[in-house]
Amino acid sequence: MPKDGGIGASSKRREDVRFLTGVGNYTDDINIHGQAHVFFLRSDMAHGTINSVDTSAASGMPGVVQIFTGADFEAVGSIPCGWQVTDKHGEVMQEPRHPVLAHGKVRHVGEPIAAVVAETLEQARDAAEAIKLDISELPAVVDMKDALKEGATKVHDDLNNNLCYDWGFVEENKAATDKAFEDAAHVTTLELVNNRLVANPMEPRVAVGDYARGTDEHTLYTTSQNPHVIRLLMGAFVLGIPEHKLRVVAPDVGGGFGTKIFHYQEEAFCTFAAKACNRPVKWTSSRSEAFVSDAHGRDHVTKIELALDADNNFTALRTETHANMGAYLSTFAPSVPTWLHGTLMAGNYKTPLIYVNVKAVFTNTVPVDAYRGAGRPEATFQLERVVDKAARELGVDPVALRRQNFITEFPYATPVAVEYDTGDYHATMDKLESMIDRDGFAARRAESEKNGKLRGLGVNCYIEACGIAPSNLVGQLGARAGLYESATVRVNATGGLVVMTGSHSHGQGHETSFAQVVADMIGIDENMVEIVHGDTSKVPMGMGTYGSRSLAVGGSAMVRATEKIINKAKKIASHLLEASEGDIELKDGAFSVAGTDKSVAWGDVTLAAYVPHNYPLEDIEPGLEETAFYDPSNFTYPSGAYACEVEVDPDTGKVTIERFAAADDFGNIVNPMIVTGQVHGGLAQGIGQALLENCSYDENGQLLSASYMDYAMPRADDLPMFDVDHSCQTPCTHNPLGVKGCGEAGAIGSPPSVVNAVVDALQSAGKDVTHIDMPLSPDRVWAAMQ
Amino acid sequence: MTQVNMTVNGKAASGDVEGRTLLSSFLRDQLKLTGTHVGCDTSQCGACVVHVDGVAVKSCTMLAAEADGAEVATIEGQANPDGSLNVIQQAFQDHHGLQCGFCTPGMVMSTAALLKDNPKPTETEVRAYLEGNICRCTGYHNIVKAIMAASGQDAGAIAAE
Repeated sequence: MPKDGGIGASSKRREDVRFLTGVGNYTDDINIHGQAHVFFLRSDMAHGTINSVDTSAASGMPGVVQIFTGADFEAVGSIPCGWQVTDKHGEVMQEPRHPVLAHGKVRHVGEPIAAVVAETLEQARDAAEAIKLDISELPAVVDMKDALKEGATKVHDDLNNNLCYDWGFVEENKAATDKAFEDAAHVTTLELVNNRLVANPMEPRVAVGDYARGTDEHTLYTTSQNPHVIRLLMGAFVLGIPEHKLRVVAPDVGGGFGTKIFHYQEEAFCTFAAKACNRPVKWTSSRSEAFVSDAHGRDHVTKIELALDADNNFTALRTETHANMGAYLSTFAPSVPTWLHGTLMAGNYKTPLIYVNVKAVFTNTVPVDAYRGAGRPEATFQLERVVDKAARELGVDPVALRRQNFITEFPYATPVAVEYDTGDYHATMDKLESMIDRDGFAARRAESEKNGKLRGLGVNCYIEACGIAPSNLVGQLGARAGLYESATVRVNATGGLVVMTGSHSHGQGHETSFAQVVADMIGIDENMVEIVHGDTSKVPMGMGTYGSRSLAVGGSAMVRATEKIINKAKKIASHLLEASEGDIELKDGAFSVAGTDKSVAWGDVTLAAYVPHNYPLEDIEPGLEETAFYDPSNFTYPSGAYACEVEVDPDTGKVTIERFAAADDFGNIVNPMIVTGQVHGGLAQGIGQALLENCSYDENGQLLSASYMDYAMPRADDLPMFDVDHSCQTPCTHNPLGVKGCGEAGAIGSPPSVVNAVVDALQSAGKDVTHIDMPLSPDRVWAAMQ
Repeated sequence: MTQVNMTVNGKAASGDVEGRTLLSSFLRDQLKLTGTHVGCDTSQCGACVVHVDGVAVKSCTMLAAEADGAEVATIEGQANPDGSLNVIQQAFQDHHGLQCGFCTPGMVMSTAALLKDNPKPTETEVRAYLEGNICRCTGYHNIVKAIMAASGQDAGAIAAE
């Protein structure tokens, strides 16, 4: 029976009501009396020397308040990078300065050069057209391998070259790995591209800066997944504003998928300009601006090799990846191809030796950073593609080859520095096979062929590492931030609770699922629990929502704080009931004395805490409010098995997804409806990457896919209904809820199965096609068949 | 500046606009009806769909002046008179047809237009109709289910969970 409340119930989302009636509060809905608008004049060249920015004509245009250029920000800090990678030689990465407004040079199309603040956006835009730019165009560096050639044009003149770092992992394994390849019975090699993507949350980014001269307090309203992180990065590193004078508010956030983690120049600009102009300053990104200013995702070029022994056991894995950083280092960019990618290369398999090499490269393109999955999709794609290719080369069943090499005993320490706590990869594969009617595939293929179509079935597994932690370890790996989470639980006198969490929903439904957890722990109605997030003035501290961490890390902090509340409430209840504290039990919102019929209601205890007339004042303080910080001891490791069935039209190369099934293990589940929805969304983005989406530059660094006319977003008629199951559950052993992350799984697990299916379809027609780079657009598939 | 007069969600509304002012800007900036969202600048995403004289239009693609004298309906006017969710809105909540909520107003307004013309659409017809509404969160699965349910058809019959 489905539960009707608490942990495990598919509670309907409370936030839906405001979103469905048009009264949500997104950042662009915020307008402050007296606000001016900013329009950024952006570079239309990928690389050039700025000779002059003449604002004289523009500054006299109607409505212009002030025009800013790079020179105005010389005394201001660089947009910081939050992760410092150390390369295989022990050297720290090359880290260029990242100005708020370009100064001296422009380094990618879309880089802001000047900012016009005016009474209206239209006036700002008109004035920007009157700014005279004198920029000498320089050769652009676009291709990563070209960027590393001797004598290549440098993106940053003050760096040695375009190589950010050359990372080897695990360096101590390299010689043994190379030896294993020499001894292998079979080696499968695959070169592939993990295509560059644009996250494209439907809400474009917005920033509104406000400044109170009387109190010297700054407020930034911004579309962020982590307002406290923005407060720290912008306050401490860019503008020099202490936390107590800087409030960052991220109200309802219309999707993020990673790209709203990062601190962007526009946020710093609006905060700075609000003080400089002495009035609120608002920026709303157009979609066209978003394409050239939101950090992009993926963009890896990889060679992967898998060594097998004569019995088809995996003996070693070796990879070489070039990872595009773009022109500057976005907030967490260096961590994505390294610690979020190399550590995942074991996947679901007991490969004993693994060596990963990653060269991160500067190019004259928009910065690249985390996008849904961040490093883990890139790892999963290459691994699951090379395993599939190996199976086809060896003539063995791809599922059987995977099963043969599955990790089966937990905890399992991989050769790439992580320890999986739990999992059952055969169970998810069993579940998947029960969902996809594999036995009936031959008949379905025959039916497709009768209609002139090819049919293919692709399967893959995935392992994910979510909730990156613990802080002391990630600090050693180069993180310049902690990765804990905090929660404050405030109980009001009449029994209602307010939970202030540092996690921040941008569509995940935290207001509903987090309330379910706390209500369940106390045994009260979910509606008595209110979730507050997204405002640094209301929530003491937070690291935000990304990397599928919210419930595992933020939820755990909330559980710990609620446990403290319950412990104190038990003390109060024991006083009221005149019983020993050890005999007090909390159930269904009432405290009772074990073995008796004496009890006191939750609301009576909370009232006593604030009206402490009959109260143990000599032992405990009045009031009922507790804070907890939770720093996980490990990642969580969700896993699963996915299957995709496609039809390919041999005349046009068009691929149609006929069936898609996902069997996931997310450990314990709080709200199955929300979890299912998260998987659906991830699948759509993964299938979008596999079939449709591609962020494409020409050789001059001009972005060719800069609008929804050119960048193929998945639409309703591109996708099938999904068959999603998460009944396989191996609870996480190290967090109090036993939960694992679920937000990125779909995007991580789906691309390889799509490509595996298309290769299967083409090979069924006798085509010698072993790989096609994503997206598998009709022209690419058709060309591969010729 | 030109004065425009229209009826929005049953109430008279007027304002002075430039010739270039879009209907979406007029609704959001002057009437403070911020439920209509703007998600792109190429008339592709559909977050801004409203009804003008009963027809679904992308309000970023129409000048405010063109709506002079028109009856305009926005997401803010869709709930039942008692404030409860209407059938479409309720179906979206029941079937988890929204996540971040940004595309949702356009989805609800497009659904209303679809069901007015085609009260019992097939799944294929629903997907084809939504071609002009982009959602990045849901993968459309639960939106399709919600629309089937709102049309009085069995949402469970078309989809595995």
